Amino acid sequence: MLESKIPSGPIEQKWEKSRFEMKLVNPANRRKHSVIIVGSGLAGAAAAASLGQQGYPVDCFCFQDSPRRAHSIAAQGGINAAKNYRNDGDSIFRLFYDTVKGGDFRAREANVYRLAQISVNIIDQCVAQGVPFAREYGGLLDTRSFGGVQVSRTFYARGQTGQQLLLGAYQALEEQVAAGTVKMHTRSEMLDLVLVNGKARGIITRNLVTGAIESHAADVVVLATGGYGNVFYLSTNAKGSNTTAIWRAHRRVALFGNPCFTQIHPTCIPVSSEHQSKLTLMSESLRNDGRVWVPRKNGDDRAPGAIPEDERDYYLERRYPSFGNLVPRDVASRAAKEVCDEGRGVGPGGQGVYLDFADAIRRLGESQVREKYGNLFDMYEEITGENAYKVPMRIFPAVHYTMGGLWVDYHLMSTIPGLFVAGEANFSDHGANRLGASALMQGLADGYFILPYTLPNYIASSALEKVDTSHPAFAAAKEEVMKRVTTMVSIRGKRTVDSIHKELGRIMWENCGMTRSEAGLKSNLARIPQLQEEFWKNVNVIGTGEELNQSLEKAGRVADFLELGELMCIDALQRAESCGGHFRVESQTPEGEALRDDEHFSYASAWEWKGGGGHWGFHKEPLAFEHVHLAQRSYK
Amino acid sequence: MNLKLKIWRQQSAKAPGAFAVYHVQGVTPDMSFLEMLDLLNENLQAKGEPPVAFEHDCREGICGACGFLINGVAHGGRRGTTVCQLSMRFFNDGDSVTLEPWRARAFPVLRDLAVDRSPFDRIIQAGGFITAPTGGAPEANAILVPKDSAETAFDAAACIGCGACVAACPNAAAMLFTAAKITHLNSLPQGQPQRDRRTLSMVAAMTDELFGSCTNHGECEAVCPKKIPIEFIGKMNRDLIRATLHHRGD
Repeated sequence: MLESKIPSGPIEQKWEKSRFEMKLVNPANRRKHSVIIVGSGLAGAAAAASLGQQGYPVDCFCFQDSPRRAHSIAAQGGINAAKNYRNDGDSIFRLFYDTVKGGDFRAREANVYRLAQISVNIIDQCVAQGVPFAREYGGLLDTRSFGGVQVSRTFYARGQTGQQLLLGAYQALEEQVAAGTVKMHTRSEMLDLVLVNGKARGIITRNLVTGAIESHAADVVVLATGGYGNVFYLSTNAKGSNTTAIWRAHRRVALFGNPCFTQIHPTCIPVSSEHQSKLTLMSESLRNDGRVWVPRKNGDDRAPGAIPEDERDYYLERRYPSFGNLVPRDVASRAAKEVCDEGRGVGPGGQGVYLDFADAIRRLGESQVREKYGNLFDMYEEITGENAYKVPMRIFPAVHYTMGGLWVDYHLMSTIPGLFVAGEANFSDHGANRLGASALMQGLADGYFILPYTLPNYIASSALEKVDTSHPAFAAAKEEVMKRVTTMVSIRGKRTVDSIHKELGRIMWENCGMTRSEAGLKSNLARIPQLQEEFWKNVNVIGTGEELNQSLEKAGRVADFLELGELMCIDALQRAESCGGHFRVESQTPEGEALRDDEHFSYASAWEWKGGGGHWGFHKEPLAFEHVHLAQRSYK
Repeated sequence: MNLKLKIWRQQSAKAPGAFAVYHVQGVTPDMSFLEMLDLLNENLQAKGEPPVAFEHDCREGICGACGFLINGVAHGGRRGTTVCQLSMRFFNDGDSVTLEPWRARAFPVLRDLAVDRSPFDRIIQAGGFITAPTGGAPEANAILVPKDSAETAFDAAACIGCGACVAACPNAAAMLFTAAKITHLNSLPQGQPQRDRRTLSMVAAMTDELFGSCTNHGECEAVCPKKIPIEFIGKMNRDLIRATLHHRGD
């Protein structure tokens, strides 16, 4: 069932060989083959622009009012590329190596190698589009070192790299809209995938302004709809980010890969109250100069300045003397949760740890600290009202990215022929943990440089009969979607969508976040079906389906999160090992560190929808490591 | 704290709109402005009333989705801040707060505080890009960009397309938005081949979309959450004259 289609031959030549073997579509025939792309972030906009340039008629959909608002825009740090402009020992192989190792050996080597190869072309492409990357005085591109790697390979545009890369792709997309090759459907949400003779041939959407349910047919469908971190309710994702497109495709039996792999980011502003609607990330670079600590005593509620030095626990420095405050994201996040679970957390609700700059200010002076981190300190003060030059910042981990997603082969095609999945929506390149500055790289690699080859190859090598929206499969899918919408607005129960979503989020964070145990996961698996039932019996969605109705939009997304949450717990339960950002309490070393179990878990999981009710089919794609040798990580 | 909110309610683009008054209790200073509206909406839904529609997505000031007038000022008047970044710390118990959507002929109201900003996309379609088909790009460091050009380009490229500039302008002009994109692309060596065409075409699109013209009020700069300076409008006008001269008799 899982055919990864990894080309044979040496890893350095796989992609080139594969490109040569792929079939091409004659330029004159391209306009006869339509493409649907759902999502307009880095992967979706890049693919839409590139395929439009090649001459394919593209229909691109986004739920936002403009493709420019896709959540790729919020990425701060940068984008990796193996350019080796610094002459500091970087290479394609090193970027590949770092990414496989950083992913804790749960990604496919061939995919990651291709990503590292393409990284170089991405920077060229973006510069040509006018992306204003940081520059040296001589006019050359500047880079920085990011996320604990030893080479300087991260290209950046101040703290707004995602914004600038997205605007580059968006502008290329709008150019194609003007040229008539791409038709943009904004404020349109995909609510189902349509299959004809086993192939993906179209989608059903809801117009978010008028409520009209519409059918769209094409030869190929691409989902580039981002990650599902909002299953936790609180995350750094945008409020609208959701799983619906990939979940609807999953229910049409596209296999879901590694659903439980989530990335937790250690430096976010803590939750301040029940009303909190989202979490704000602060750049990880703060850990370069800040020292992380909590009081030694449980429940010590003195102001931080009143706690003497010997009553503070600089727990990262204590536990990991060689890496100290710079341990990787997953280790820092888990350690913070542990001290808070012990009752030593600080701030409202005890869910926070201090990130203290007092030493850095003494050593460097306030003005140098301001120069390095001024914008972050300002942002912190704007949100919390506290001046971090005077009192330590408070930080706490938050859900940031999901490595899991629809299972795809080397061509980025899911288990449904004609359904391609790109960017964060697929499961492909990051394994159990994503390295910093790699998300932007993957989205653009998929959109600019992989789909424009693999998608025409599919078109050229498949027998695609003519299908339009008059095919009965469209009418049937449309009927189902309309029924679902009607049901949601007619329940008129007592609970708001948000209240159910918050409850799901709380138990997912508690038991399926960075620390997992068999007992905790089983308790979630008992509770989530009850929540699903509660939703379908007692949710309150005001208004109708025939108008702009934001509660209805949320309700549809939360209904899907409730099913996905269940699958995440099932996946986490079967993976009885600690890997990447996930600590399984039953799998630890005598010192209490994460213990990966390569003998039993060196595979990607892929789940097959079996009609709900907690039943899924389980498949494994075995992973082989021929170039990067398996090793346990240690930061002691 | 308790607040009195006067909010523009309008069911659809065609329906008539009116202000409605709501009282919201239990607002805490750590909430963001939009979290205060979330609270109001939870209360409204509990009473069986339709929640207030407002646009938002990232809630960290970068996607540009949010935006409405708070007491007549776009994004609420804190310098360099979008509505989603505005904290309730800056409000007091008993305050009366009026919320209304962007008011501009080019931005019709869709529902309550949500408006249609698609004219911005069409201005970009007119020329807000550098033509660089995928795959044909030269080696990145083959193009040298002086640091100050890169900095100016970045300052302009920081625009999030929220529409506050249009809402604040007495003429509902989209000059700051358009000038920001023109300045971004025209400042870079890569942007030179299409410089004249871009400028002429984007300025024409701005007029076609029913936006007004700049008469130097400077309201746009004052409310811009990304602090885009009005001098970019001057740059755009210089580029427009340059392009017009180059294309005399076309």
